Amino acid sequence: MAVRVAEEWLTICGGCEVSILDIGEPLIDVLALLEFVHMPVLMDHKYYGQTGEGTVLEIPEADVGMISGGVRNEKEKHVTEAMRAQCETLIALGSCACFGGIPAMANMYSLDDLYSKVYRESPTTEPAEVPSGTVPSLLDRVYAIDEVVPVDLYIPGCPMNPGMIAEALTSLIDETPFELAERSVCDECPVKRERKSGEPIERPLQDAQFDLDGPLENMRCLMEQGILCLGPVTRAGCARTREAGAPKVPRCIQGYMPCRGCFGPIRMDANPLVDMMGALSSNGLDVRQVLDRRATFNRYIGARNRLRPLPSRPAR
Amino acid sequence: MAKTITIAPVTRIEGHAKVTINLDDAGNVADTYVNVVELRGFEKFCVGRPVEELPRIVTSICGVCPWSHHLASAKANDAIFGVEPPPTGRKLRELCNAVAFTEEHILHFFFLAGPDYVMGPDADYSIRNVLGILQADRELGRRVVRARHLGSRMLGILSGKSIHPVTAVPGGFSKPLAERDRDRLASMAQEVLDFAKFAIGYAKEEIFPNYAEEIRDLGTIETGFLGTVAEDGSLDLYDGRLRLMKPDGTAEDFAYDQYDDVIVEHVEPWSYLKFPYIRAWGEFSMDIDRPVGIYRTNTLARLNVADRISTPLAQAELEAYRKAFGRPVQQTLRYNHARLIELLYNAELAVQLLEDPAITGRDTRVPVTPRAARGVGCVEAPRGTLIHDYQTDDEGMVTDVNLIVGTTHNNAPINMSVNQAAKRLISAGVYDETILNKIEMAIRAYDPCLSCATHNLDGTIALTVKIVARDGGTIANLSNVGPLRERNEEEARPR
Repeated sequence: MAVRVAEEWLTICGGCEVSILDIGEPLIDVLALLEFVHMPVLMDHKYYGQTGEGTVLEIPEADVGMISGGVRNEKEKHVTEAMRAQCETLIALGSCACFGGIPAMANMYSLDDLYSKVYRESPTTEPAEVPSGTVPSLLDRVYAIDEVVPVDLYIPGCPMNPGMIAEALTSLIDETPFELAERSVCDECPVKRERKSGEPIERPLQDAQFDLDGPLENMRCLMEQGILCLGPVTRAGCARTREAGAPKVPRCIQGYMPCRGCFGPIRMDANPLVDMMGALSSNGLDVRQVLDRRATFNRYIGARNRLRPLPSRPAR
Repeated sequence: MAKTITIAPVTRIEGHAKVTINLDDAGNVADTYVNVVELRGFEKFCVGRPVEELPRIVTSICGVCPWSHHLASAKANDAIFGVEPPPTGRKLRELCNAVAFTEEHILHFFFLAGPDYVMGPDADYSIRNVLGILQADRELGRRVVRARHLGSRMLGILSGKSIHPVTAVPGGFSKPLAERDRDRLASMAQEVLDFAKFAIGYAKEEIFPNYAEEIRDLGTIETGFLGTVAEDGSLDLYDGRLRLMKPDGTAEDFAYDQYDDVIVEHVEPWSYLKFPYIRAWGEFSMDIDRPVGIYRTNTLARLNVADRISTPLAQAELEAYRKAFGRPVQQTLRYNHARLIELLYNAELAVQLLEDPAITGRDTRVPVTPRAARGVGCVEAPRGTLIHDYQTDDEGMVTDVNLIVGTTHNNAPINMSVNQAAKRLISAGVYDETILNKIEMAIRAYDPCLSCATHNLDGTIALTVKIVARDGGTIANLSNVGPLRERNEEEARPR
């Protein structure tokens, strides 16, 4: 019997939904084993009946519920609770659902700060009061899904790795366990490490040194080149094969650019800020040279109070 | 008996919206409201970051058009640092842009809007989607899934990370293209081009003729248009001058860093979402019979403002399109046709760029040095003109950000088209699921990306068309505090 699936998206960009499509042609075979009962991005099931006459937000019962995006307003909280109530297994899809994601960088500011920026400080906007009488039911900050309801399975990534989604869906269909590896991006990174750097940390304002014609094994670790890379404190999983048979390589490294932590910490409860200080000093680098540390090390994981408003002071 | 109809959520669009339609005592449409539900905070939390990090933060505004935000941000960075990328760096950016457009236009036409036409607007909702297409015509479905994925795979080869990319950097592109990769990409690009040719032929022969009346009338309104053109007036999606066309077809060009002299964002007391309009055209009005200041962006607009297209197959399609529908085209559902012409253009452009020997040059990036400056970056995103405007301090830390995204330009037009469609389709209180879906088709034609449009704040947003009732009195403005439905029902009571 087909596995019934419901999918919702909350404070999102849509990248996780596109990365599901990036499973490519194998997706067609996976889809044959699934029955989608609710998925606003692709199908027309409505909350209040198809002609909107219902009075209660209705999500059909499903074996598997998938939610992308964090929770920012009352409506999203309500949808999250309805999904939990109707779905046997609930999956947090992507780093926003798992940790708040990029939108949780807004947790560094109060709502008043956000309103001021949009309605009073924007150069092209006619200065106006914050619209009154239509104040949205915002929550005080961005929440990860499991701060609102219990979550059974986490698939992190900004966006997720299509291979990992396919693996998770297949495990659910076959009723076999799906677990994330407690490994770092560095564990999957092929670049060579020579010795401690001792170089000052530089901003990535010029090219890393690499050998375009040779394998990535010829490139020296970006951190050793003095380029801040969050690989040591970021969970492995982004690495993909560029062609059949080739080794997997972390995605940003394929672009000769450093990791910024989009798969979240190696363990759910780890603190990348603290761990990164260790990683930097073991490379002989000084963490104080890193600009904008708090926002950089917590870029994708600002929910769970990892990013909070601070008394005003310079940004770094 | 007055009544409120709610379409929630609007489906097969990117992001969150609802439509509320209020009927008067006679069962006719009194007013319509498109409630965009969802906003975030990018303009605030980008401040304080090192400016070179912004190209990899702003991508998360939209996972469907991350390349557009990535490239607009990289161009704003070029301006901040006062550099021009080397020719190869620029070509690599343009190539990624063209490939990303093919992927996005295939996604929209076949996965989002297409099911209304392929399966029919009155098909049961459970099959009126891409899964239904896969069931009904497995070969077509497989072909579509493969063609969209090809673009994504090409971007993976070009940059490592196809969604939320990292390789457009201040001063150029971080990853030169190796010859062996160029050869693989060339054959993939050819396959995408073959698909693009198939797609427009299929739509023109088997889709559009079946819906001639809907395409002519549904959601059709009269507005101006905005888009980017190259020096010679041809369509350009990566760089050029902005061209603003009036509803009568006359046009003027301006440099994109002067956008703030031309465009103003209007704030209504009843909506959190802003309404951009043209300052010089008068006082903003969304009255569908007498709109003022309203212009549209996205495919329909770009093909209206461009004099020609630089690639041969797309140029031939543009000529046929103009011959049939004139210039400017005001039919809202023609966005879909224009989108397929752009798909063809981008597929041709990708093949051309990959044939250019300079594409595998090794000089892709110039180093940059932080300074205090203002920088404006502008590209055509699939959904319209995208403007990123940054300011930095002398260490290159961001002190201010202003963003105007494609879908936001279309806020007022989307509301007007929904209003027009609802009034045409609903009378004497009679409506059904098919009619409501046809109203959504008018929204889908714009391919709205509400993830993009809601980059600036976060909440439940009322985006509203204010209509004067038949007796001349203004219907009270809606507010969507608390449960929207309760409030709407209260407002909809006879008064």
